[in-house]
Amino acid sequence: MSRLATSYLSGRSNYRLIEFCVEAACVVLGVWLAIWALIPVYNMALIAFSEHGAVFSGQTWPSQPSLHAFAVVWGQDFWYLERFWHQFGNSFFIGITTMILTLLIGTMTSFTIGRLKLRHGWMLSNAALMTYVIPASFLAIPFYRIMNIYGLSNNPWSVIAAMVTFASPYSIFIFQHYGKSIPMELDESARIDGATPLQIYVLIYLPLMAPALVAVGTYSLLLAWNEYLYQFLLLSSRDNMTVSVALAQFLNSDEAPWNYMMATAIIYALPPIAIYYASRRYMASGLTMGGVKG
Amino acid sequence: MSEAQPILAMRAEGSTRSVWYAPWRFHGPRGSDTAWAVAFLVPYIWVLFVFVLYPICFGFWLGSQAQGFDELLDNPQFWATVFNTFLLAGVGVNVMLFLAFLLSGFFILPGRWIKALLGLFMLPWALPALPAFLSMHWMFIGYGGFMNSALGAVFGVEGPIWFNSYELAMGINVLAYIWKWMPFWTLVFLAGRLAIPQDIYDAASVDGATGVGRFVFVTFPLLANLYLVCTLLATLWALADFVTAYFVSSGAPALQTEVLATFTFRMMFDYGYVELGLAAGLIVLPLSIPLTLLLIRRLQTTELQL
Repeated sequence: MSRLATSYLSGRSNYRLIEFCVEAACVVLGVWLAIWALIPVYNMALIAFSEHGAVFSGQTWPSQPSLHAFAVVWGQDFWYLERFWHQFGNSFFIGITTMILTLLIGTMTSFTIGRLKLRHGWMLSNAALMTYVIPASFLAIPFYRIMNIYGLSNNPWSVIAAMVTFASPYSIFIFQHYGKSIPMELDESARIDGATPLQIYVLIYLPLMAPALVAVGTYSLLLAWNEYLYQFLLLSSRDNMTVSVALAQFLNSDEAPWNYMMATAIIYALPPIAIYYASRRYMASGLTMGGVKG
Repeated sequence: MSEAQPILAMRAEGSTRSVWYAPWRFHGPRGSDTAWAVAFLVPYIWVLFVFVLYPICFGFWLGSQAQGFDELLDNPQFWATVFNTFLLAGVGVNVMLFLAFLLSGFFILPGRWIKALLGLFMLPWALPALPAFLSMHWMFIGYGGFMNSALGAVFGVEGPIWFNSYELAMGINVLAYIWKWMPFWTLVFLAGRLAIPQDIYDAASVDGATGVGRFVFVTFPLLANLYLVCTLLATLWALADFVTAYFVSSGAPALQTEVLATFTFRMMFDYGYVELGLAAGLIVLPLSIPLTLLLIRRLQTTELQL
């Protein structure tokens, strides 16, 4: 890194000193960024590993670290957590289904607009962005009523529908821009070999879009995992509830065991973190929107 | 296959046109392609009608029935809420994107530890919002919260009761929002920077551009449009943000730090003023419609040709 950093400041006599200063500044910035990113995470762990009585006693390090809270969550030994693993499964189902449907619908739409050169295809991608005209949280009431009309109240599919709706415009947008980097000649040569659009989509388009698929997949999964408002409104029964709604239930009482809540929160946070780190290599290249053509 | 034969024959004859265009390339789909195109578009068009257009029209219809506008405009708390929303979606988002842009310049530096640091820095984005914000809330809870314990242990000072002051509570909300979403935008800008070909920089350095000049005359102009698009998207998303204000400050002190999204929610579900809530939701339209239209316009020019 030193070579690039110093190339900004080349042509000086005390080259060594400057190189050292730049490096030192980078390290200092790096340390600050790490602290910035980690403090809330550390706080979660601090509370989760403490005993109930020690939670707000002014400690900065768990005085008697224990796994008690995790054991309680694991064994579902608390009133709010009676159906924890079932609700965890609900969260998983909603997250994964949202991801798959977003990828499927997004790639199919962007493939048709971008590769089949549909004449008025741009209108559809603009229409998709009109979804953002009414911000999602203000659409909650009409959505709630409409789900009743569709007969989907208290049904995980209503949340999935909402999540796919809000993830699709951005995913179509990313896919379309990423798709421009795939040469059109590939499609043409496949057509000369007699491929149908479906074959081009499955055999050429999807494999070459892999980085964008990973990036958008992670994005849509996280969107569903981050969501609270729609899950709270649309899912009411304990068996259909997701973990985020169950987590917020702790706030209903004043003397809730916060260490149980934080242990639940940590377990809930693990799957998206694992998925993110597994797909990290593709993220940066997949999120390219509107690259620069030389 | 049947189509391919005459085409190949035509090429073999040696057509006088220097560039040969495939017939399907510029004339749009035809024949069975149209059937495929329709089949591929049906799912999204269905989503658009059933879950976007219908709810939006329904919302407008409910809103047009609402008598709440006058009452809303007379409500002083409503105006405080509008101001808070502006602080989050106007000021906070711009600070966040500016910092993300600078940080993307840091993370593009080569070096193994910087790559590792990027992984760590992305953690807030991968962490679900609700656990993260609950943690933020308890961190700043005042006496016994981690922030005050740490301030006491490291500097020996007694921290304030954060959520008792409007300025501090609102600051924490904005900070929490930046904490959660800055990594994502840093990654987007990083992707943008990576897409700039190295030869442009080489050419610039032949012309004598170094340091600041390189940034002002090469990097920023190339990424300006991306920056604007990201600002618009981030503003639209921040206008819709519910979780931050609802869980970090929970409106404390005394519901002063609410944003429009939480205000709407509380009006409708805690107090049962559905009409007032709908009116508050529709009040963002004069802002969100131009932003969306601008976004659509800019997206059509996102591809920067050199």
